[in-house]
Amino acid sequence: MASIGDIPVQVEGAPAAPAEYGNALPVLSEVRHALAQLVDGGEPTQIDLGAMPFGPGDEDRLMALLGSGEVTASVNALGLTRIQETAYRGVWIVEYLNTDDQRVALHLEIATVPQLLRSPPADLSDALAALETQLAAAEAK
Amino acid sequence: MATSSPQRPAGQSAPTMDPPLGPIQRPTLGESLRRNGVSRRGFLKFCAATASMMALPPSMAPAIAAALETARRPSVIWLSFQECTGCTESLTRSFSPTVENLILDTISLDYHHTLQAAAGDAAEHAREEAMRANAGAYLVVVDGSLPGPKANPGHSTIAGISNYDMLMETVADAAAVIAVGSCAAFGGLPKADPNPSGAVAVQDLVKDKPVINVSGCPPLPMVITGVLAQYLTFGKLPELDEYNRPRAFFGQSIHDRCYRRPFYDKGLFAETFDDEGAKKGWCLYRLGCKGPMTYNACATMKWNGGSSWPVESGAPCLGCSEPDFWDAGGFYDALSVPPGNSGEMLLTAGAAGVAVGAGVGLLARSKAKSAEKQHQTVTAEQLEQKL
Repeated sequence: MASIGDIPVQVEGAPAAPAEYGNALPVLSEVRHALAQLVDGGEPTQIDLGAMPFGPGDEDRLMALLGSGEVTASVNALGLTRIQETAYRGVWIVEYLNTDDQRVALHLEIATVPQLLRSPPADLSDALAALETQLAAAEAK
Repeated sequence: MATSSPQRPAGQSAPTMDPPLGPIQRPTLGESLRRNGVSRRGFLKFCAATASMMALPPSMAPAIAAALETARRPSVIWLSFQECTGCTESLTRSFSPTVENLILDTISLDYHHTLQAAAGDAAEHAREEAMRANAGAYLVVVDGSLPGPKANPGHSTIAGISNYDMLMETVADAAAVIAVGSCAAFGGLPKADPNPSGAVAVQDLVKDKPVINVSGCPPLPMVITGVLAQYLTFGKLPELDEYNRPRAFFGQSIHDRCYRRPFYDKGLFAETFDDEGAKKGWCLYRLGCKGPMTYNACATMKWNGGSSWPVESGAPCLGCSEPDFWDAGGFYDALSVPPGNSGEMLLTAGAAGVAVGAGVGLLARSKAKSAEKQHQTVTAEQLEQKL
């Protein structure tokens, strides 16, 4: 069977430049508001970019406006989560991927440290117990 | 809706924050995830994605995590009546494996004609067994409309049981009913004029249980699973709109969340499907977009794993999540044009731009009703001319 690539497609004229939908700037304004809130009262904010009415190119435009900063991190739990600090300190891009590397959510976090990077408090006592067990086993030898 | 109290046998738990348990003790979601080696970070991530899926703010993730830790898998019986299987296709085409699948792993789908392995008597026994074991606590999902009690039951039967009898028997001990798709919610295509099978919607028949309508032709996969996730997470039914649709997903019009809305506000419209305006992605209002009267989540959740949605592909919204959208005039007639009247009004409608906006939704709804009465047919030639 012929593949889809075998179908001859002729493009006439130069492809049109992507339209400017203007939906990125209002989000940037929301980020500014959230950052001011973090500075004033230490209150973090999460913005779900999946809930934004973005057209083609809007997300790229927002990402270009935010730029990239010093910190990148990845969390490997139930698929990869990519975390990137933007050029604006305290503004983080958090991209959640599933085990097939498909995006399941895209958030902006305005915080000193993104929530997912912190060790869950309930894990700390589990970790302590595990460490003590290992030490006890080593000492018994 | 959470306050409406379905009838259930004495001793059965209500679908509240207490685990919606039937006599079968099922593991909590937290337990089953931990058993599958999912870490707390993984769980928190899952909850962040779930918040997006349920159209809740991401800050709800810790609350979702706390609730899900103790949630138990509810039993779900899925009935398919006069339908095209498009709703099930939509559900199973949720890009897998992902949060949706995790949710599917965490409900107990005990009966589904299309997806279950069992056939014939064994299938019907699975339904009866699920009803018996989870009486008062199971969810019934219905896709498709069904012939009403006065219609000829021969139009649609399963295993020799009429759709009407099967629905009434199955919902008798259910906690709630979720009508998936515009057919189950509003009658859909089978009920379109002249409605040869006497089709009715689920809410026309089920009066003593909460009915949640998840409309759309088909509904977004994330909306189907999101409603189930909400029930699983918070143990209660979501807040509903005037058509019994969950507000979280159907609370805003396509028009208000459309990325092309700025062009509408500027009065920039595509006039045909291949003119300059269409290529530049201008507003599709004059090409018949039903966005202003349609309440759904397509504009933000999008289709096919978030890759696109009809308007982004240059097609006007057909209004498929609204009641009787098949009979609401031509798909390509602009909203402010009364059925059977085109041309001049089409142009003035666009020029009026912003001023039209506010009234359009109301107008469209009343138009939909009047269109039902003066239903107009259109030939392929007329459609071609219009395009």
